[in-house]
Amino acid sequence: MLPAPPLIQAKAIVKRFGALMANDHVDLSVAGREVHALLGENGAGKSTLVKMLYGLLQPTEGTLLWQGAPFSMRNPAEARQRGIGMVFQHFSLFDALTVAENVALALDGHEPVTTVSERLAEVSRAYGLPLEPGREVWRLSVGERQRIEIVRCLMQSPRLLILDEPTSVLTPQECEGLFATLERVKAEGCAVLYISHKLEEVRRICESATILRHGKVVGSCDPRQESAASLAEMMVGSKVAPARHDRLTVAGEVRLAVNGLSLPSPDPHGPSLRDVGLELRAGEVFGIAGVAGNGQDELFAALSGEMLAEAAGTIRIDGAAAGRLGINARRLMGGAFVPEERLGHATAPAFRLSDNALASGHATNSFVRRGMIDRSATRAWVDHVVKAFDVRKGPRDPEAKTLSGGNLQKFIVGREILRNPRLLIVSQPTWGVDAGAASLIRQALIDLSRSGAAVLVISQDLDELFEIADRMAVIFHGRLSAPLDTEGLRRETVGLLMGGAGFAADTVDEAA
Amino acid sequence: MTMFEAILLTIITASTPLLIGAIGQLVCERSGVLNLGMEGMMIMGAACGFAAAILSGNSYVGVLAAILAGMAMSLIFAILTLGLAANQVASGLALSIFGLGLSGVIGAPFVGAKRDQMAKLDLPVLTDIPVIGKALFGQDPFVYASFALVIGVWWFLARTKAGLVVRACGENHASAHALGYPVLKIRLLAILFGGGCAGLAGAYLSLVYTPFWSPGMTAGRGWIALAIVVFASWRPWRVLAGAYLFGGITILQLHAQGAGVKIPSQFMAALPYLVTILVLVIIMSRRGGQQTAPASLGTPFVPDR
Repeated sequence: MLPAPPLIQAKAIVKRFGALMANDHVDLSVAGREVHALLGENGAGKSTLVKMLYGLLQPTEGTLLWQGAPFSMRNPAEARQRGIGMVFQHFSLFDALTVAENVALALDGHEPVTTVSERLAEVSRAYGLPLEPGREVWRLSVGERQRIEIVRCLMQSPRLLILDEPTSVLTPQECEGLFATLERVKAEGCAVLYISHKLEEVRRICESATILRHGKVVGSCDPRQESAASLAEMMVGSKVAPARHDRLTVAGEVRLAVNGLSLPSPDPHGPSLRDVGLELRAGEVFGIAGVAGNGQDELFAALSGEMLAEAAGTIRIDGAAAGRLGINARRLMGGAFVPEERLGHATAPAFRLSDNALASGHATNSFVRRGMIDRSATRAWVDHVVKAFDVRKGPRDPEAKTLSGGNLQKFIVGREILRNPRLLIVSQPTWGVDAGAASLIRQALIDLSRSGAAVLVISQDLDELFEIADRMAVIFHGRLSAPLDTEGLRRETVGLLMGGAGFAADTVDEAA
Repeated sequence: MTMFEAILLTIITASTPLLIGAIGQLVCERSGVLNLGMEGMMIMGAACGFAAAILSGNSYVGVLAAILAGMAMSLIFAILTLGLAANQVASGLALSIFGLGLSGVIGAPFVGAKRDQMAKLDLPVLTDIPVIGKALFGQDPFVYASFALVIGVWWFLARTKAGLVVRACGENHASAHALGYPVLKIRLLAILFGGGCAGLAGAYLSLVYTPFWSPGMTAGRGWIALAIVVFASWRPWRVLAGAYLFGGITILQLHAQGAGVKIPSQFMAALPYLVTILVLVIIMSRRGGQQTAPASLGTPFVPDR
């Protein structure tokens, strides 16, 4: 008897977006009851491939086989009928609608919302994924939102469950919960396609892996037989050196002191900062860990001066009260700021790099003389940043939006670091950036701190903080934990704090 | 007919076109499309409805023509904003100006023509109820239609799967697309519904309210209907309240002026606008600043292929 054909198979799939070849003759095969990893860096073509497997995109060339028979899907509804479910990276949820309404939208047919609620409650109880059907999504934590996506897939008894970077927004404990759910799903006969660039978890839960690079399959393996380093090498195509990190010997004087900072969030659904305190010393990298949406944006806005504190003394730079000063005044005191969003916040997408350099450096670099822009100065500055930070681009002075994420981020970080700031505050420095650029940026942050500046890194990526931070604190519902020394620190300790354990009870109550 | 009955009757006739226009626009906006072409669609409905009624001698043919004219106008808007992903605000403003101009051309041969007001549709027995009977149950078909529209739209949006899908498109078009819903097709239907309602509201003006055609006769009612949708925070029942509040104060201040109240007439004329805005702002602020606008309202959607 012939062996059973794979559950789903992609043969020589090609997907072109204009001139860009997102998938170049990709082969993939997932057997039933298998947890299969799809590995690759940002931009390797993973998301494009799974969107085709879910009927969201149509392949330009190539065939898809379901249990050995060719098939095609015009839309996700057809994929769902076949038994393919997908949990999206950026959740496909509707904030203003309730949990039950969100689930009803993903079910085909005209089941009334009330019966959907009942079935939803049943399934979520059966799988140990508690959800309240009547709550609006914007009230829920990120982990709960992911639960909705998973439960609504499970309600359709899928044969194949696709998860796109599911753990990038979860605490370590929430990840454990997810892995337990996947075990259970697998035991019930469902195959899982698991997309990630986190190698340790892939080695832990996946039985086979396909590795993509620049849209091509560069290898497949059993991740349990590989080391994280060998997987990383296949993924990136070259060895990635971890950041060089000397232990901090002597911390310098206090550069930034925050004391009793409380500030309401400008976003009606956002958390307010409450009694935040921290001391940042010259020469150190200080990390702020936490699940997205716990006050990181508000903290960045308060520290950078985009949002003014209520009392000047709650934020001090080199001992001087700065809480009521705007961003330019803080820059003149030696501050530099790199916000989370590259396009639209750190840069104006349609502006050239030289104009974007002017936008953040107009107070500190001498780019303007008697009200006129000194074009040669801004362009020379761009050349300087591009050279020092290895920014790859086409023309000499392109528009910001034409750069790839990694190169634009290198430009933005370089633009601030090369001003030799005494204090650098950076949010998500390597979010969605390729491994090469990420390692360069992390090294630059460490080097800046060792040259005597104070560096504050707000990041959701715990691996990153463990790699570069000397100390870290956790932000949860707008409160900041006490600082912890990274050396000897256990990830579980940080994970518990990220989930709210150890914070004042009223913080947790208010969240519930 | 007593004075009270007369006032009640005129309030209903003043409010009905606002209500019909606003409820159509509400559906359109809940799907995520802001069509500022309301005024243009409404007046095209008025012109085409009146012209068709004169030519055919049948008011119902006029009503049908008005609905089709409003839908045709909204189709232009849909081609621009959905097909070509043009800016919705600019396209809507252009549509309003275009409609005002084109309706003048279409209506020109009919200036001075006159038709009888459309026949009332008396509901037997109910019209005999004292005081309110005649005003509420002896109305023209438009009034009944306007209430049916409010109930229907509320039921559709709150209770049906299709209504949920429309709301989903307005909240987050990217997610709706990711779940496999045809966002552009759904928005096209919502725009056409909004256009049809605008045309119907226009027909009410030229066939019932003032049964003749004069250029520019909508006199800004399209804009008022748009504002009512916003201040009603996109909820059908509040649209009903907003339309009647505005219509009611418009009529009452006229009567107050007629009765010789010593308040400058300019102030009285501004009163409906002030009160409507004030009342609806108070309703909105009592919701604790919670976000009420559809999150994707006004943003074009371009699916990647």
